[in-house]
Amino acid sequence: MKVKTGVLGIGLILLLAAGAVGQWLLPPLEVGAKDAPNDAGKSLLVLWKLSPSDTKGDKAVEGYQILRARSAEGPFEPVGTAAKGDTLFTDHVPQNGTDYYYKVRALGPEGVFAESETSGPAQSKAQWFNTERVNALLAVVILVSSILYFVYKAQSGRELYIRKIAGLEEVDNAVGRATEMGKKIVFCPGRLDMDNVQTIAAVLILGRVAKLAAEYDTKLEVPNVYSMVMVSCREVVKEAFLKAGKPDAYREDDIHYITQDQFGYAAAVDGIMMRDKPAAVFYQGAFFAESLLFAETGNSIGAIQIAGTAQPAQLPFFVVACDYTLIGEELFAASAYLSKEPRLLGSLKGQDVGKVFTMAAISLGVLLATLQTLGLFPREWVAAFANLFLVR
Amino acid sequence: MMRREIPLFITSVVGFIFVIRFFIPHEPFYSLEDVSSSWIQVIQAFAIWLGILNLLKVSLDKIYKKERGWGYSGVIIFSFLAISIAGFFFPLWEERPAGYSYLQHAREFLKPGTSFDWFYWYVYSPLSSTMFATLAFFIASASFRAFRARSFQATLLLLSGFVVMFGSVPVGNVLFGWLPAGWQVSDIADWVRNVPQVAGQRAIQIGIALGIISTSLRLILGLERAHLGREE
Repeated sequence: MKVKTGVLGIGLILLLAAGAVGQWLLPPLEVGAKDAPNDAGKSLLVLWKLSPSDTKGDKAVEGYQILRARSAEGPFEPVGTAAKGDTLFTDHVPQNGTDYYYKVRALGPEGVFAESETSGPAQSKAQWFNTERVNALLAVVILVSSILYFVYKAQSGRELYIRKIAGLEEVDNAVGRATEMGKKIVFCPGRLDMDNVQTIAAVLILGRVAKLAAEYDTKLEVPNVYSMVMVSCREVVKEAFLKAGKPDAYREDDIHYITQDQFGYAAAVDGIMMRDKPAAVFYQGAFFAESLLFAETGNSIGAIQIAGTAQPAQLPFFVVACDYTLIGEELFAASAYLSKEPRLLGSLKGQDVGKVFTMAAISLGVLLATLQTLGLFPREWVAAFANLFLVR
Repeated sequence: MMRREIPLFITSVVGFIFVIRFFIPHEPFYSLEDVSSSWIQVIQAFAIWLGILNLLKVSLDKIYKKERGWGYSGVIIFSFLAISIAGFFFPLWEERPAGYSYLQHAREFLKPGTSFDWFYWYVYSPLSSTMFATLAFFIASASFRAFRARSFQATLLLLSGFVVMFGSVPVGNVLFGWLPAGWQVSDIADWVRNVPQVAGQRAIQIGIALGIISTSLRLILGLERAHLGREE
């Protein structure tokens, strides 16, 4: 009898203790769920107001646990957790168009929790337009319209001024120099595959170099990293030789595969340069750590070197070691510049409109930020202006 | 005709679809990125054979014709055969774990201790590291040329390099500790890195972004077609 009384007493004490804990750990409030915007569906946003027990410095709440069910009655399964102070959780649900119900638990120390009311139902669905990208759409429309406008203008015979690009002006001289010296030309089309725009730009430049090489009867070697690039280069070079009326001079094996390994490729190209001592070397496309290995080797053999890349980190190396370097956008302008095709030159002018807009936006942003620093403009407005250009 | 028009058509259609995909997160556009990524991987897997066969053909031709440097081609053929045999056939001479078939064992060619692994660590890796290490010497020789004060720009580059170099090492602040607070050499180096350097980089990047959009548009609209073998 005494033992039974003791057990009951301990049980009572534990119940009282649990009740006390329950009193200071309160559940999160106003739990709600809604479809996540601007996505492909299968995502729901679970939102809540912090548990009144979740206060700064108080350790009553350690975090939140989110539970999901297919009916209001349950069963509820845990789907994730959120940190103390968080009021949002993105739940990746299995299906679109299905009702889901949620509860959020405030988690306390030693496994204690306080559970919210059931919220829902909520359904996820895919959206047909990402409203967060309206600014990007507007920018694309302006840019595309200006490019098309200038292409139209160029086609209708209007002369367009394009500034001189020294590196491209020098292409003819480089090929001519190789011809005079009776040495070959080496053209490296970068270290990325055909799905990269830089490689496509490089292949377009190769067309011009190959045409000149064919006209001057100069040997052209193109070592490749990717076989798809090799095939494209062959097509372009073959066409150039055909156009120059020298189809017999075209040698398929001069456009060959090396390896996809970075330093294997670097060693092979350096080897070609050291053995064959080409008079002109072109590095066009995407390059990485091998850029300086190439350019310094080319420099050591006295070759005229023309580089072009849109890899900002490699530009200093090429600028230092090569005779001419196409910096960033010049690489993409090369095809139009070399071909003098009015439609392509028109696209370059259209691109300039994009630059004017960008410069105007940057100047306005600098002005507003300066005014804000001087206390003459509200910080929120500057942030709102900056957000206009943010693409999520 | 069709040889060029069909690739142009495919480029245009795929290009437009991917532009649309950026703004429409709904199916069928949404999963196109994953699908095309799988396609690219499949095409690349086949294309690698094209490259390997070309490499072998060119190398064997050089050996056969005894062209200058044919010895290097011999090294390529030997290396290709050695690493291929080590990768495909190592279970023939290495101890097979109990209960493993030949093919099960062959799938583990990347595991430590295999012949392929040995080639990787004791041949490939040192050779790659050697090539990479030569970069240090090339940087030195390139810097020597770049930092000669032959013009105003080169002098400016030299001074900037000097400041950034001394601002990045503790001895810089010791040597120039007499400068006023806020004008220490490390402060100036930070300013060079964070203001003019970043401004220049961003200008280049904006130009690149516009260039990429313009080139892509020319390709999508079929204005640019020289890469297909026809120069307009």
